[in-house]
Amino acid sequence: MLMDNEVRMDDIQGMVLLVPGLQSLIDLLRERGWAVIGPTVRDGAVVHAEIESVDQLPRGVGDLQDAGSYRLRERDDEALFAFAAGPQAWKSLLFPSRELLWSGRRVGAEKEVTPAVVDAKRLALFGVRSCDLHALAIHDRVLAKREVTDTAYVARREATFIVALTCSDPAGTCFCVSMGTGPVPDEGFDLALTELLDQDGHRFLVVPGSDRGQEVLDELKSRAGDGGVMPAGEQDHLAAEEVGAAAAQHMGRSLDTNGLRDLLYAHPEHPQWADVASRCLACTNCTLVCPTCFCTSVDVVSDLTGSATERWRVWDSCFTTDFSYLHGGSVRDSVQSRYRQWATHKLASWVDQFGTSGCVGCGRCITWCPAAIDLTAEVAAIRSGKE
Amino acid sequence: MPRLAEPTAVQPVESAMVPRLFRLVDRRQDTADTFTIMLEPNDGVPLAFIPGQFTMLSAFGVGEVPISVSGDAHVAGPLQHTVRDVGAVTHALARTPVGDVMGVRGPYGTGWDVADGQGRDVVFVGGGIGLAPLRPAVLEVLAHREDFGRVVLMYGARSPEELLFVDELKQWEDQGIEVLVTVDYGRESWQGRVGLVTKLIPRAGFDPMSTLALICGPEVMMRHTALALVGRGVRSSRIRVSLERNMRCGVGLCGHCQYRELFVCVDGPVLPYAQVTGLLGLREV
Amino acid sequence: MRTIEQYLPDHPFFEGLDAPTLALVAGCATNISLAAGEYLCHEGDAADQFFVVRRGRVAIEVHGPAAGTLVLDTADEGDVVGWSWLVPPYVSTFDARAAEATGVVAFDGACLRGKCDTDSHLGYELMKRVTQVMNGRLVAAQMRLLDLYGGPGATDASPR
Repeated sequence: MLMDNEVRMDDIQGMVLLVPGLQSLIDLLRERGWAVIGPTVRDGAVVHAEIESVDQLPRGVGDLQDAGSYRLRERDDEALFAFAAGPQAWKSLLFPSRELLWSGRRVGAEKEVTPAVVDAKRLALFGVRSCDLHALAIHDRVLAKREVTDTAYVARREATFIVALTCSDPAGTCFCVSMGTGPVPDEGFDLALTELLDQDGHRFLVVPGSDRGQEVLDELKSRAGDGGVMPAGEQDHLAAEEVGAAAAQHMGRSLDTNGLRDLLYAHPEHPQWADVASRCLACTNCTLVCPTCFCTSVDVVSDLTGSATERWRVWDSCFTTDFSYLHGGSVRDSVQSRYRQWATHKLASWVDQFGTSGCVGCGRCITWCPAAIDLTAEVAAIRSGKE
Repeated sequence: MPRLAEPTAVQPVESAMVPRLFRLVDRRQDTADTFTIMLEPNDGVPLAFIPGQFTMLSAFGVGEVPISVSGDAHVAGPLQHTVRDVGAVTHALARTPVGDVMGVRGPYGTGWDVADGQGRDVVFVGGGIGLAPLRPAVLEVLAHREDFGRVVLMYGARSPEELLFVDELKQWEDQGIEVLVTVDYGRESWQGRVGLVTKLIPRAGFDPMSTLALICGPEVMMRHTALALVGRGVRSSRIRVSLERNMRCGVGLCGHCQYRELFVCVDGPVLPYAQVTGLLGLREV
Repeated sequence: MRTIEQYLPDHPFFEGLDAPTLALVAGCATNISLAAGEYLCHEGDAADQFFVVRRGRVAIEVHGPAAGTLVLDTADEGDVVGWSWLVPPYVSTFDARAAEATGVVAFDGACLRGKCDTDSHLGYELMKRVTQVMNGRLVAAQMRLLDLYGGPGATDASPR
């Protein structure tokens, strides 16, 4: 990650915030010029929006997720973060689906090219789950740490403040434990919250993960007079640990990653690819909701006279027919070859390219697949039904 | 009322996706659908490349396309590309008049690494437009001819009318390259060879035990040529092919050119045959 | 220049034939010189001969009213030309013309065919070798049917 002043969670005392203290945190971030983006409920889903108040958070909302199914439900408590991943990853904020690259003008035989200007808004991402933190780190490797970088992404990333959150209620499609990416955030954040809702009340343990985060906490401390902010005690840390441990026991899915790269490389003609292809609609939903997918294309937008033109970078998906267009046809013409490409890239080639798996176990591709295709089940079928 | 935060700073994107402007200073029609363009940079800074690399050429208002550089890497002069008119962008490039400006990004990709052939025999096998990306490597060998052993160029095209660089082929022969040309079919007036380029391999004058082979052409042709070379005893680690895949960025970010774990624009386009033998045999990768 | 008896054993097509068979085959062979433009055989002729090119080039052609003459293949030094002498109805499929001053060894295919009918060992040895030549030509012809260098989309990576 871009911040190089990591702090180990268990070295720090941290603070406890009551709900009004959480509001103070939001206020403080906004005062310092960050727009706070957090989870809200809209159209029957938990989606990111700018928030000013804790009242905008999904109070008493839970979710039920399964392959091809997403529902919100009413909980019998007032928890503010008791749900798992929503359809949006944070990538649409740092890696927008449409980004102007440059605009050009033709003046006779001459051309003018004007590079686009990046408006790197200062955003505080509020409630980032561990899987999504790992996804951000993966995007850092892909977009910010190779020879050519996505400079707009880098600018936005530097202007981002991250408030992470330990999951308390994993969903039916979660498998971060299998991927080693959660449920407890370990690094890459400024502050990390754990929501505690027990006999000792409704409160949040908050620990710093960076100098910046520590500064914010210190400032919060100095406002302890509001009554919503107090030092953390050992019992708060223990309770927080239990939340994380319980979440790890309630994963909805699992994926055996042992030798997975070699397995997928060795079976390009496995009959399971044909089987999943008979169900896959190539609708690209999985790539849209996946927090690590990064493929893009370039759209050329010109006016009718052709004298003004713009180049826009847009999200693309390896599931489209023209993604691999070459020589009058597509290299990956069949849906089978495209599903194989996506799964093999995500779980195998990614390891060779970037040093880790491309999957963070967030389960979104399973939840949001209209054909209810479950990546973990497909991999299990390939593993067990070896030719 | 929610208020979005002000941006930190307004700065231009120093982005690899923004093209440099080059002026078309000369063009030459090579065959019915293939042409060569010469470009000079508007800012006066020459584009230095190594043989085998490509650039992303931009037709204003139409789009971008990856094209191998076909010029001499070691001689100061205009940037040269040989292009086949087969789609919207290449058609726009074909119709660009001399004096107009187009966009160039690059150079990108891996090169032929001709120096690896020093002290050895060098074999070039080109199919169709594949001769164009090989040309800079041929010129590099000719610039240091005494550093290499026997040098053979095998070149196959569809018909005599579609042969590229015909005058240069003769010059290269004079400069010490065995040039073997063949076509898929010819008219009676064609005195040369007819048949597959692979037919030329068994009898060409090179020592397979000490040969660097560089192949460029349609993928089917490259596969069969590599097999024929291996059949004659050339080591697969000393055979290089130049791959093509759909490209939108040329710098490893858009993801389109992936060839399993390889990015053709960054890990290629020139790759050792030994590294891609298995992948070449797979369908739809 | 070597005699036919000296030339044949080094030639890949005849490699592995025992001495008596080589002598028999050489006994059915003569050296022929052709000037550029002279024909070895014409389409439709009785295919009584096959040839090994010693020097020069032979063009395999076909002609038609609108197409004119099309050269389908060329045979250079060492190549074998013609196998219709072994395949009924023993008639040449194409024209074969010397593209330049050419020297060939011409084999009496009709005579050899007669000997193969009675000597199946000889027949098998010759059939093995001829099928290899046919295989090479067939594969090359099938590859050229793909028209790999022609057609749309050689270099453009942008979608239509």
